Amino acid sequence: MTAPVKSGRTFFLRPQDMIGIVILAILLLVVLPLTLDNFRLQFVGKYLTYAFVALGLVLCWGYAGILSLGQGVFFGLGGYCMAMFLKLEASSVENTKIQTTPGIPDFMDWNQITALPWFWEPFRSFGFTTIAVVLVPAFFALLVGYALFKRRVGGVYFAIITQALAAIMTILIIGQQGYTGGINGITDLRTLHGWDIRTDSAKTVLYFVCVALLIGCILLAYYVKSSKLGRILVAMRDKEDRVRFSGYDVSSFKIFVFCLAASLSAIGGAMFTLQVGFMSPSFVGIVPSIEMVIYTAVGGRLSILGAIYGTLLVNWAKTSFSESFPELWLFGLGGMFIAVVLIFPNGIAGLYQVYVAPHLGPLFGGAKRKVTPPAATPPAAGSAAPAAAE
Amino acid sequence: MFSDYSLAELGSIFVMQGFAGLILFSVFVLMALGLAIIFGQMGVINMAHGEFMILGAYVTYFTSQFFLNHLPALFTAYFFVAMILAFIASGALGMFIEWAMIRRLYKRPLDTLLATWGLSLILQQLYRSVFGPREVGVELPQWMMGSLPLTDTIEVQINGLFVMGLTIAITVVVAVLMYKSSWGKQVRAVVQNRVMAGAVGINTEKVDRYTFGLGCGIAGVAGSAFTMIGSTGPTSGQLYIVDTFLVVVFGGAQSLLGTIASAFTISQAQSTMEFFLSGSMAKVLTLLGVVIILMLRPQGLFVIKVRR
Repeated sequence: MTAPVKSGRTFFLRPQDMIGIVILAILLLVVLPLTLDNFRLQFVGKYLTYAFVALGLVLCWGYAGILSLGQGVFFGLGGYCMAMFLKLEASSVENTKIQTTPGIPDFMDWNQITALPWFWEPFRSFGFTTIAVVLVPAFFALLVGYALFKRRVGGVYFAIITQALAAIMTILIIGQQGYTGGINGITDLRTLHGWDIRTDSAKTVLYFVCVALLIGCILLAYYVKSSKLGRILVAMRDKEDRVRFSGYDVSSFKIFVFCLAASLSAIGGAMFTLQVGFMSPSFVGIVPSIEMVIYTAVGGRLSILGAIYGTLLVNWAKTSFSESFPELWLFGLGGMFIAVVLIFPNGIAGLYQVYVAPHLGPLFGGAKRKVTPPAATPPAAGSAAPAAAE
Repeated sequence: MFSDYSLAELGSIFVMQGFAGLILFSVFVLMALGLAIIFGQMGVINMAHGEFMILGAYVTYFTSQFFLNHLPALFTAYFFVAMILAFIASGALGMFIEWAMIRRLYKRPLDTLLATWGLSLILQQLYRSVFGPREVGVELPQWMMGSLPLTDTIEVQINGLFVMGLTIAITVVVAVLMYKSSWGKQVRAVVQNRVMAGAVGINTEKVDRYTFGLGCGIAGVAGSAFTMIGSTGPTSGQLYIVDTFLVVVFGGAQSLLGTIASAFTISQAQSTMEFFLSGSMAKVLTLLGVVIILMLRPQGLFVIKVRR
């Protein structure tokens, strides 16, 4: 990665990043709400919650080279924390007086559990829940990251182990019906502090909250990227040993970025629960986790904004395909996986960099900036012709 | 959890569950063998491995249908024909995929993972469109049905025994192929040092292609064996893929012995626990145990010491 020119930065943002963020904000806050009806806008809101995951993956996979196939676990943890808070509020004693044990969530009652388990107890408080949404997944990621990165497990092994974790998590949630709601998940969520989240107006408000949070997270991602930490991450991805020999504790940086990605995913999960009104294991397992990777890959694994557009695009394609040709969707998704690896490894952002950005340069502030395609190549695209190298 | 059973009953339970575990072990070994060859020897993550297996299973199903309708006299022996056809079909598809996709990605293992996942989605949908979404099961020939009583409380199924025998036979063949034949020597040479292997005149590209084909072919045979004990649907392959990867990684990716040992450990642990706990908790505990051991010993159970 060539270091971007320092001059012309506002805080930590390059002019073109600033423009990009503003365009995204206008698109999400003004254009889409004005052009789409409520039903479609709620879809976009749902997609945007995945964008948090994609954002985490840009940092974790694109910049630091750690491919996690278990981001769904963190998405789910965040989502379940929020869902449990809402569920506890929905199952007040007067709402659940037909149950054998009033005052506990209905699925617990169906599974002959008579008291709220201790680990769900703190989720009665909204403050605790908000903190838990961010910290529980981060703590979990810390455990996994600490165990693996300290022992220099990386690359495909890390990917496989995180995938196994996603499998474990799903089986556990489905198996422990009494504590988690099983395969149906936690459903029938109604109010947040008495505010009905099921109405259209509430969903619109939540959409804007989600966009605001997303933009906050994007800024955070840019901050990380532009900081010294971001440079170390990239250096680590490209030549891990050199960074280690320079005296950096490589594993700590990896753990940090993995935890950060986990927290971001969890925020997405919590927003998902709020907007969609339920959480189930079908967003936790292997298949959704790897699908979240494709959002990032399509958008461009090195581009923070690209990941957002990638998420929107893939999900939009998924919805419209599933509506009209359900049997074609898997072909499309599978083809996307292959194409994004073989043909355009930098996704949409890469195409933009190569074909659009050079023409736009003179229009915006960074006129002198030369677009150098190598600056945006993924870790190993330097070996574009591996067969020839042999 | 043991107090409810008498000692003799416990003994029988362990033997029966052990046998169930052995069948699971056979499936794991058959799947993991192909995967261990591809992942261990070539460093390629083939997420579509389960789909290659299912292809073998479908080939077996159609062969059995063909024999049932056209050659009922030979029906007792259809399985052996089906196995060979399954090997050829999956192996050929594997070689094609290697040529079309994998060979461009040897330097990017994480990308292979994504690309082969895409492939697995496409194959799944293809099976669903072509063969239908319903699960299909083969009809077993007469001699494979029933079970052998060992004692009053213990009996073993013949098809299970057959699958186990098959597993042993295939493992022996693979071991001989990898460690005794000149082709196996070439494969191991390429694994240990690709550049030097090329320099002494081994066609590394060809070795790669045949290795990948062999791994996929074995997956096809695994699918063939799989039809003996379960039914086949478009997504059956995906159920096993994570387990199998764990088996391979847990065993130490480059060691065939390690793969077998870890398949044995995992399958036995799982099936023994399944009797006492619910199936899902048994699975969770097994997987969790494997993950924790992998955290403590990332290189797996068995390691080949090679200077790199």
